[in-house]
Amino acid sequence: MESLTNRKKVLEQKPMNFIERLYLPAIVKGMAITFKHMFKKKETIHYPEKTREFSINYRGMHSLKRDEQGRERCTACGLCALSCPAEAISMIAAERKEDEMHLYREEKYAAVYEINMLRCIFCGLCEEACPKEAIYLDGNIVPADYLRRNFIYGKDKLVEPTLT
Amino acid sequence: METAFIIEKFILVTAVFAISLLIAMYSTYAERKVAAFLQDRVGPNRAGPFGLLQPLADGAKMFFKEEIIPAQASKILFIVGPSLAMLTACMGSAVIPWGQDLEIAGKKISLQVTDINVGLLYIFGVVSLGVFGVMIGGWASNNKYSLMGAIRAASQNISYEIAMGLSIIALLMVTGTLSMKEIAAQQSGFHWNIFYQPLGFLIFLICAFAETNRTPFDLPECETELIGGYHTEYSSMKLGFYLFAEYINMFVSSAVMATLYFGGYNFPFMNDLGFSANVITIIGTVGLFIKIICFIFFFMWVRWTIPRFRYDQLMNLGWKVLIPLAIANIVLTGVVLSLT
Ligand code: SF4
Ligand code: SF4
Repeated sequence: MESLTNRKKVLEQKPMNFIERLYLPAIVKGMAITFKHMFKKKETIHYPEKTREFSINYRGMHSLKRDEQGRERCTACGLCALSCPAEAISMIAAERKEDEMHLYREEKYAAVYEINMLRCIFCGLCEEACPKEAIYLDGNIVPADYLRRNFIYGKDKLVEPTLT
Repeated sequence: METAFIIEKFILVTAVFAISLLIAMYSTYAERKVAAFLQDRVGPNRAGPFGLLQPLADGAKMFFKEEIIPAQASKILFIVGPSLAMLTACMGSAVIPWGQDLEIAGKKISLQVTDINVGLLYIFGVVSLGVFGVMIGGWASNNKYSLMGAIRAASQNISYEIAMGLSIIALLMVTGTLSMKEIAAQQSGFHWNIFYQPLGFLIFLICAFAETNRTPFDLPECETELIGGYHTEYSSMKLGFYLFAEYINMFVSSAVMATLYFGGYNFPFMNDLGFSANVITIIGTVGLFIKIICFIFFFMWVRWTIPRFRYDQLMNLGWKVLIPLAIANIVLTGVVLSLT
């Protein structure tokens, strides 16, 4: 049947001739190729001394942002949790008290905000869903750990440090 | 048997043993470096300058690993296996002439541990003994994968020994002697056997790969099918012995190939340079080691280029290609010899 893309190539399988069945020419050719690689540039990045540069749209660890006055932007609307395909986010909302005006920008804020980094697939949908521009995946690689429970990151690890 | 003789041989044996261990040790390092370089990587470079202490670190690691003997294993044979593998691997180097005689204070010192007149057969015998270590270890583990590996090793070695023996027969027809010393001496200068026996060398080379269980013939231990083959159940230094024996085997078979086909300690124009005999001997010995190292590199180069054979392909190659080819080589050699 005619293929729709026109990219189909029909390969004919010819029986190998005598020289090909000797395999030695093919082996010599292969060895020449590998030998050439001895002198090529090494791809290795010497990790702890040098690190690979991330691309500008690299998605790393999440951070919960603060506004210009250092207040947490998140309003615990839960849209990020709702958009998360991996069900990685959970939070408990609380109402802002009178004396907490300098801490939280909105009247409602997240008292507990947890992301399970083992579930997270770093798709960035939470970032896109957030109406308050409160969450960004602009951090580094999430470090390894020995215990599962240590991968549940709370606000202590997620919220941006204050500017001052 | 004078004491001097015993001391001389003792020193030589110790030196040869130490050198084979050293070379085997650094082969493990070289293997990883070569693999890395062929794959555009840098390889081990953390332990010491350029990672040169890596083999020591590996050895230390092996010693500190937990020693496990499976409950259902046959205890004695389980220990005998790797010991035998190591022993037979080290024995082979005894008849290799490392150089011409050195003359020190008017006394001739032979750089060969022993010159038995059936040296070639001795090597052949020791090499075929080597498979016992693998077989016993694999069988004693009482594990299906190990047993499969052992069976493969046994059938592979038996198949390729025949072709190897036949290729040696053609070589014998040219040299007319079984003594390694004489074979090496006959190739003085540039009369290397490779020029008289190219086909024989090719067969011998392929069989050497099979006998040392190196890729493309590493079926006895292929990880993808058999996990580790005969050493699946081994841990700690016993595993280390198996892995180490493979590298010593590689060293010895490189030395044998260099001696049989590439002139051993001989190098071109050695008799026209006008150096004293001792200097020539030393250069020759260095030359032999360079040849050996080239062969070891070749072993590794092949390993990181050619994929593993399938089992039926292995048997086909051994029985249907190499053996007829080796016989044809004998006939050809005979015809040429009788004509000239
Ligand atoms: S990056 Fe994707 S998976 Fe991770 S928390 Fe955000 S929405 Fe969920
Ligand atoms: S991070 Fe954004 S989307 Fe998620 S709860 Fe806070 S404000 Fe809502």
